Amino acid sequence: MAHIPGQPVTAVVQRIEIHKLRHGENLILGFSIGGGIDQDPGQNPYTEDKTDKGIYVTRVTEGGPAEVAGLLVGDKIMQVNGWDMTMVTHDQARKRLTKKNEDVVRLLVTRKSLQDVVRQSMLQ
Amino acid sequence: MKPAVAGGMGVVYEKIKEGTEVKRESRGNTGRQTGEGSLAEDDNWGETTTAVTGTSEHSISQEDIVRITKDMEDSVGLDCKRYLGLTVAAVLGLLVFLTPIAFLILPQVLWREKLDPCGTACEGLFISVAFKLLILLLGTWALFFRSPRASMPRLFVLRALLMVLVLLFVISYWLFYGVRILDSQDSNYQGIVQYAVSLVDALLFIHYLAIVLLELRQLQPTFSLKAVRSTDGEAFFYNLGHLSIQRAALVILENYYKDFSVHNPALLTASKSRAAKHMAGLKVYNVDGPGNNAAGQSRAMIAAAARRRDSSHNELYYEEADHERRVKKRKARLVVAVEEAFTHIKRMQEEEQKKAPGEVMDPREAAQAIFPSMARALQKYLRTTRQQHCHTMESIQQHLAFCITNNMTPKAFLESYLNPGPTLQYSRERWFANQWTLISEEAVTSGLKDGLVFVLKSVDFSLVVTVKKIPFIKLSEEFIDPKSHKFVLQLQSETSV
Repeated sequence: MAHIPGQPVTAVVQRIEIHKLRHGENLILGFSIGGGIDQDPGQNPYTEDKTDKGIYVTRVTEGGPAEVAGLLVGDKIMQVNGWDMTMVTHDQARKRLTKKNEDVVRLLVTRKSLQDVVRQSMLQ
Repeated sequence: MKPAVAGGMGVVYEKIKEGTEVKRESRGNTGRQTGEGSLAEDDNWGETTTAVTGTSEHSISQEDIVRITKDMEDSVGLDCKRYLGLTVAAVLGLLVFLTPIAFLILPQVLWREKLDPCGTACEGLFISVAFKLLILLLGTWALFFRSPRASMPRLFVLRALLMVLVLLFVISYWLFYGVRILDSQDSNYQGIVQYAVSLVDALLFIHYLAIVLLELRQLQPTFSLKAVRSTDGEAFFYNLGHLSIQRAALVILENYYKDFSVHNPALLTASKSRAAKHMAGLKVYNVDGPGNNAAGQSRAMIAAAARRRDSSHNELYYEEADHERRVKKRKARLVVAVEEAFTHIKRMQEEEQKKAPGEVMDPREAAQAIFPSMARALQKYLRTTRQQHCHTMESIQQHLAFCITNNMTPKAFLESYLNPGPTLQYSRERWFANQWTLISEEAVTSGLKDGLVFVLKSVDFSLVVTVKKIPFIKLSEEFIDPKSHKFVLQLQSETSV
């Protein structure tokens, strides 16, 4: 999934719709993110390409809305409600996911297993 | 004093002295029976009589006999060889030094009337000859007039070659002088003086050659020598240049006395007893008849020893752990005792000395005063670490007086007892290393080579020396711009949403 600057990014994605849960006075989604263009991509354990500065899912809480919706650890979030997440800072990503006036977030996520399956089916 | 207990008649104390003096002889085995004659008719007189055999007033062990023979060989000495070398060198030096002077004086003595008068330039050359001779004399004194450090088995090849060169050189000059100047009675005195000056110049160059060959050439390290002591495996490395084997052996021996810890035979008894136990465990019985199959026997023993469940490693481990604990405990007691003893002594200042001349002691008396309080702890510690034969009471007190005089702390005083020091630290009788033999497969005057092995044997142990060449070092450079050191913060944050 190496990105060549200037070229459009192509990826096989899965649509995931998460309904936020009201916990006290906060709306939580039930997962943690890491990464961003202001972070160090070398520490990312979920990708082979150590220059990838995208937003990755690092933890999914048990029984939370994200797990129910099918989000897995290690997923790379490409879009949130139409907003691009491949070239954002960590704080921008957090803000886009925790908007108070939105109850539902629709994510486009990609993962390595998706790419492999598509490649295999294409070979066949 | 060793008690020898035998039988029911009581205990007999027998004085068994191991003499290391040279002139005594052993009186052999004298069996002495101390039982009374009246017991001879007793039925079980064998059990109740005390019979002490094999004792003598002065006895010498096998090692002492070997040491005595070595000492005798040493004292008769091959000193004549050394003196021969010295006299030859002295004669040659005298000849060389007097030759230019003779060249200058002989024409004046023999045919003074025929000589041209000596002008200014010629007299100037006299001064030059004088000073060059003086410099040559000083240089020779600095380089060659040194007391010899050692007596080597073979002659020192480079020095002999140099002496031959000088001799040939001087002889050729004399020949030329004799034929061309003395016979023809040359009248050009300035030429003769210039000839003498050229001789002195050439001698100075030979002196330079001597410095380079004898002193400078071996300074650049080319070989690394590893010297391992055969008894306990203590090893040291030395870097040397191009030397002959005997000179390298000399350097190693000179460093032996300061680097290797003193040879302590008491520390080797443990491994010897273990080895004896291994051998004593198995015995081979030849059941099938008198076929003496030695190889088969030894193989059978090795196989059986491997198979049997040997727990000697266990014993060794626990024994060593126990010994270490004991040593540490004794050391702690010793350190405390010495520190306490040192607090009783205070150095008196000059002014106080005049005021209270009552209890003033000099260092020796002060040492004797505080020694008893630490003597016991020190003795026990030395016994535990098996060093007690290296130090006598007298030497300990001397050392204590020395430390007090020089304002040393208790720790500094204890330093020479806590660790076994190098051989030079102890008095000569405890060295165990006085006579050395060089054992080598190559000629000892040949140079060092990579992979050479030679052995320096002493009476009780030997040093095995291996020679390795220092590798050729390829050094390359890399330039780092000081402005190129730049750093950036690495953030990895994780936010939960």
